[in-house]
Amino acid sequence: MAQIIILREAVAHLIHDGDTIALEGFTHLIPFAAGHEIVRQGRKNLSLVRMTPDLIYDQLIGAGCASKLKFSWGGNPGVGSLHRLRDAVENGWPHELMLEEHSHADMANAYVAGAANLPFTVLRGYAGSDLPKHNHNIRAIRCPFTGEELAATPAIRPDVTVIHAQRADRAGNVLLWGILGVQKEAALAARRLIVTVEEIVDSLDAPPNACILPQWTVTAVCAVPGGAFPSYAQGFYERDNRFYLAWDVIARNRETFQSWIKRHILDTSDFNDFKRVYSESSGHPSMRPR
Amino acid sequence: MSGYTTSEMMTVAAARRLNNGAVCFVGIGLPSTAANLARLTHAPGVVLIYESGPIGAKPTVLPLSIGDGELSETADTVVSTPEIFRYWLQSGRIDVGFLGAAQIDRFANINTTVIGPYAKPRTRLPGAGGAPEIAANAKEVFIIVRHSPRAFVSKLDFITSVGYLDGGDARSRLGLPGKGPMAVITDLCTMEPDPLSKELTVTSIHSGVTRAQIQKATAWRVRFAAAVPETPVPRAAELKALRDLQARTAAAHGTTLAASD
Repeated sequence: MAQIIILREAVAHLIHDGDTIALEGFTHLIPFAAGHEIVRQGRKNLSLVRMTPDLIYDQLIGAGCASKLKFSWGGNPGVGSLHRLRDAVENGWPHELMLEEHSHADMANAYVAGAANLPFTVLRGYAGSDLPKHNHNIRAIRCPFTGEELAATPAIRPDVTVIHAQRADRAGNVLLWGILGVQKEAALAARRLIVTVEEIVDSLDAPPNACILPQWTVTAVCAVPGGAFPSYAQGFYERDNRFYLAWDVIARNRETFQSWIKRHILDTSDFNDFKRVYSESSGHPSMRPR
Repeated sequence: MSGYTTSEMMTVAAARRLNNGAVCFVGIGLPSTAANLARLTHAPGVVLIYESGPIGAKPTVLPLSIGDGELSETADTVVSTPEIFRYWLQSGRIDVGFLGAAQIDRFANINTTVIGPYAKPRTRLPGAGGAPEIAANAKEVFIIVRHSPRAFVSKLDFITSVGYLDGGDARSRLGLPGKGPMAVITDLCTMEPDPLSKELTVTSIHSGVTRAQIQKATAWRVRFAAAVPETPVPRAAELKALRDLQARTAAAHGTTLAASD
């Protein structure tokens, strides 16, 4: 049954050093506030899982929280490189980062297998690609019915999944809409599930086929308005492309990255405090409403 | 003055490849620009699918990321990422996969993973994304990429997504469902695979470009088809549609990002 608690408590009680965690959201609804709180609480040795590491994992990797990354596309969308990810892979800074690299289709399938409590997934993919040569978790399997050779990958079963959603009700039922990515699968594949939401309301009033996570599948719900910034929450605010552009400059250099993390995350008390400091440092409000 | 840029020529030439009604799986950046230009000109019925889940997206401004709200708000439907790859791509429902590339070789194999050795790369690139399965499963693939010797290399450091491997019947022996890359459109020319060897061959050259320029921008010895016509120059209506689209995009996003050029 879902507990409605503050984000600081959810991270403190549910995410431990050494855990395998998945903070999902495909460009939309990326749980940035939760990522910040993990950095703020100084988690170490995390095994990170996410299709598109995006800025959220660039921050965790640069801040030294991660020892491993399982992913399928690691760029700054629409801008270029994730410089902290690159520095970790190319130069081992702040320390070595073990990579496990898949394709999008395979990662998405592996979450489906996790949600279905199956040990692995099959895919018609990777034929001719060099990826399986560098990833022992991509193997060949023969279909027992047709003889077709397919690729097999183990299911993703995170210790903790964190997602951001538009809305929860007071019992902790969660509603999300728009681009859903792999959030439902990642949520149901995890042992513990934290959901940050834009708002907690009396009733979800959702149509029958809406994407709802029933409260008994959710460990903790945390109200964090704006918690997906600088990604977006459909119906609430737009993606802040200026931030994604600015991040290219901030993260390109170790010192500017560290001073940004110190000022905006380590020296702030929570996400509201981050929004206040970010407005001061950037000269514009942290959210552009729809 | 020619009245248009080489980048505009590339985008227009790529857009013309899309037939009205084609179901097209679109990568972000140059492919998305070309596919939307096709939709706004000769192919209003083209169905644009983005890997983030929108099917039948009709954005009025170009998306800057693969999952912009503009895509889901203008789509016929939005499905989950597992569904996009399983029910729509792997199942064989995609006519055209439209890809970009960091590096490409003479058999249209693509590298978007690393420059240098995998374990200790000189440059870590973003990685595969949806491209390996698009390259394998779409019935046809078009590749749009700027011509330079750093991009058109004699040997890839890493094969992320397959074209024709080492040529000839290598791709068909692998049993991949799709036919593979049917055209590579650059800012200098269009290349198509030779019917037998599958080596990329220049089949049309953009106006004002010389064979020597193409060779200089390609790390392997370039083959030219027996007859190489000049690519028809962009028509006024095509240029207007493209420039209006980019102006709307700049106004909406308050910026001109590299991804939209």
